[in-house]
Amino acid sequence: MKADPKGVLTGSHYLDGDHACAEGALAAGCRFFGGYPITPSTEVAERFAQRCPLVGAIFIQMEDELASLASVIGASWSGLKSMTVTSGPGFSLMMEHVGLAVMTETPLVLADVQRGGPSTGLPTTTGQADMMQARWGSHGDYEIIALSPNSPQETFDFTIKAFNLSEKYRVPVLLMMDECVGHMTEKVIIPAAEEIEIEPRRFYKGPQGKYLPFKPDKDMVPPMVKVGDGYRFHITGLTHDERGYPDMTVDCQEKLVRRLVDKIRKNADDIIEFEEDGVEGADVVVVAYGITSRVTLRAIKLARKEGIKVGILRLIVVWPFPEKRIRELARQVKALVMPEINYGQVVLELDRCACGQAEVVLVPHGGGWVHDPDDILYAIRQAARGKRVGEGIVEYHRKKRG
Amino acid sequence: MCAQKIAEKPRPEVAEEPHPMESILRMERIPHIWCPGCGIGTTVTAFAAALEKLEWDLDNVCIVSGIGCTGRVAGYMRLDSFHTTHGRAIPYATGIKLGNPKLKVIVFSGDGDLIAIGGNHFIHAARRNIDLTVICVNNFIYAMTGGQMAPTTPPKGYATTSPYGSFEMPFNIPHLAESCGAVYVARWTALHIRRLTEAIMEALQKPGFSLVEVITPCANYWGRINKLGVGLDLMKFYHQNSVIKHGEDTRNLGIEFQKPIVVGKFVDRERPTYLEAYNKRLAERLGDKFKPYGGEA
Repeated sequence: MKADPKGVLTGSHYLDGDHACAEGALAAGCRFFGGYPITPSTEVAERFAQRCPLVGAIFIQMEDELASLASVIGASWSGLKSMTVTSGPGFSLMMEHVGLAVMTETPLVLADVQRGGPSTGLPTTTGQADMMQARWGSHGDYEIIALSPNSPQETFDFTIKAFNLSEKYRVPVLLMMDECVGHMTEKVIIPAAEEIEIEPRRFYKGPQGKYLPFKPDKDMVPPMVKVGDGYRFHITGLTHDERGYPDMTVDCQEKLVRRLVDKIRKNADDIIEFEEDGVEGADVVVVAYGITSRVTLRAIKLARKEGIKVGILRLIVVWPFPEKRIRELARQVKALVMPEINYGQVVLELDRCACGQAEVVLVPHGGGWVHDPDDILYAIRQAARGKRVGEGIVEYHRKKRG
Repeated sequence: MCAQKIAEKPRPEVAEEPHPMESILRMERIPHIWCPGCGIGTTVTAFAAALEKLEWDLDNVCIVSGIGCTGRVAGYMRLDSFHTTHGRAIPYATGIKLGNPKLKVIVFSGDGDLIAIGGNHFIHAARRNIDLTVICVNNFIYAMTGGQMAPTTPPKGYATTSPYGSFEMPFNIPHLAESCGAVYVARWTALHIRRLTEAIMEALQKPGFSLVEVITPCANYWGRINKLGVGLDLMKFYHQNSVIKHGEDTRNLGIEFQKPIVVGKFVDRERPTYLEAYNKRLAERLGDKFKPYGGEA
């Protein structure tokens, strides 16, 4: 299906990542935004507030982040593609409703413009330390999809991708931006509506009496209906059967939660996306995501000048993690290096998948700014020697001048 | 008499009759989970009767509950129904209503859910005058979790977390609702079936944020812990000790432990709903560029 032209601001624009996110959402058909202001994500809400009335969408500023995500889930069941955006403490407050959206298989997009933490931390500067919260933040067991853009253009593109994945798999999709991407202003090309591919909602069309809200199709995803269609369905956050009725038994839990997990795991090849450059024949591969993947490009350029065979694998989809590809690479290279703006989060997955086959190097950063490319370069140089395989995650610290 | 002896007695032939409310209840989910003597059942009956009398197309009626004993109401109504998270039924319902303004959306939940953990959402939805009807079952206690103190527990009332009797000032829910902008506020008890039904009908027909508070017995916790008898004793006590005062100043509606309870319709006023205000303002500012929002996007 092609995008509805009403929401598509076709043309060449000079936008920051936050504004690009809002435009991506409107282009994807998002018609409800419920949000609460928090730095550095506020500009997304501001853009929505200004644009929604002009495109037949609705914007509401809710009283807090709990209410924001609750309203988004409600609006999604009314049939509107819906999203919210937050940062830092707001992301923590939204976690309970991430779980409700997972459990009730509600399509929606939640963008987290990451800042430094914990707690109030660094409200105005960057971080990548919510990555494990994105994966595991709500209580209980589940699988989720998270994307990580590294530019305003990608923020526009990936917001559309996030909506499409959320509709296809009936799962909340997290757009893991960061302050740098959110506040960086660059050229953003918004294509014509007919060039934007949209995943329509998978509506059930059968007779009313026979509808089972949680009876999955072959791909493990059940079709959906909306409020007011006469199906008189019931939705609960309790463990429920195919009718949607509470059934708090071991068997029902196994059947339901197993499917919620498997619909992502077994479709992982379709969901996972990454980019590679110079990986074949490399001694070292840097695995990076978000703004850090752009900083890495500078380090790789410098390392290659020194004659080091180094490639990059850039994660577009961070969750689910490209486990198969990392296992293959670990057998081929001396070392896998991951710079990230935290003290080691996604690198834990990298280490798990490397299975002791390659040295795993973390280049941490506490947040507040991006890495110095020289720190990544230093780690690449040390890793190229490839001596410390099987010692767990290692760090190499460059002596800083001054 | 033990269960065995009852089973041995010959039973008269009884003609199978449909339940009078089976068109609006999910009969396959009955029996419900509520205790004997609980007031939620009669409140649900009043709600169902109100919907029947209004003769609305129930396909366009949606019910949202939070968590707790009353939180289970949504699951028993044959409507599009949502059992959400603790305290968040109102923002959830706000999303549904704004997503499709043609729907009639009811929030049916308890005092703890709506006024404690959900208090922030309650006051803001009333302030915005979101077109919702809120039915708040007030039993003075957290029942689902086993009888803890609530923000409505009257002073001197015992609960498992006020083992020496409560000393906090409780919320006066009608006063809170009126102060925050609700356009319709009424209070009845679970035995005022006819008046409660009428109040729910009025609230449902009132555009904007309407509140019906229902004072109900919780026999197994409130009644037992405070030694107030069984459910029926409590139900009768509330009914017999209620004083009807329509239009009473909501400041006078505080509830004291085992003292008379003022009931009636206290607020019935006009104020633009959220969407009316939204459409008016944006039409003023944007002129032809703006098409009034109807949710057809």
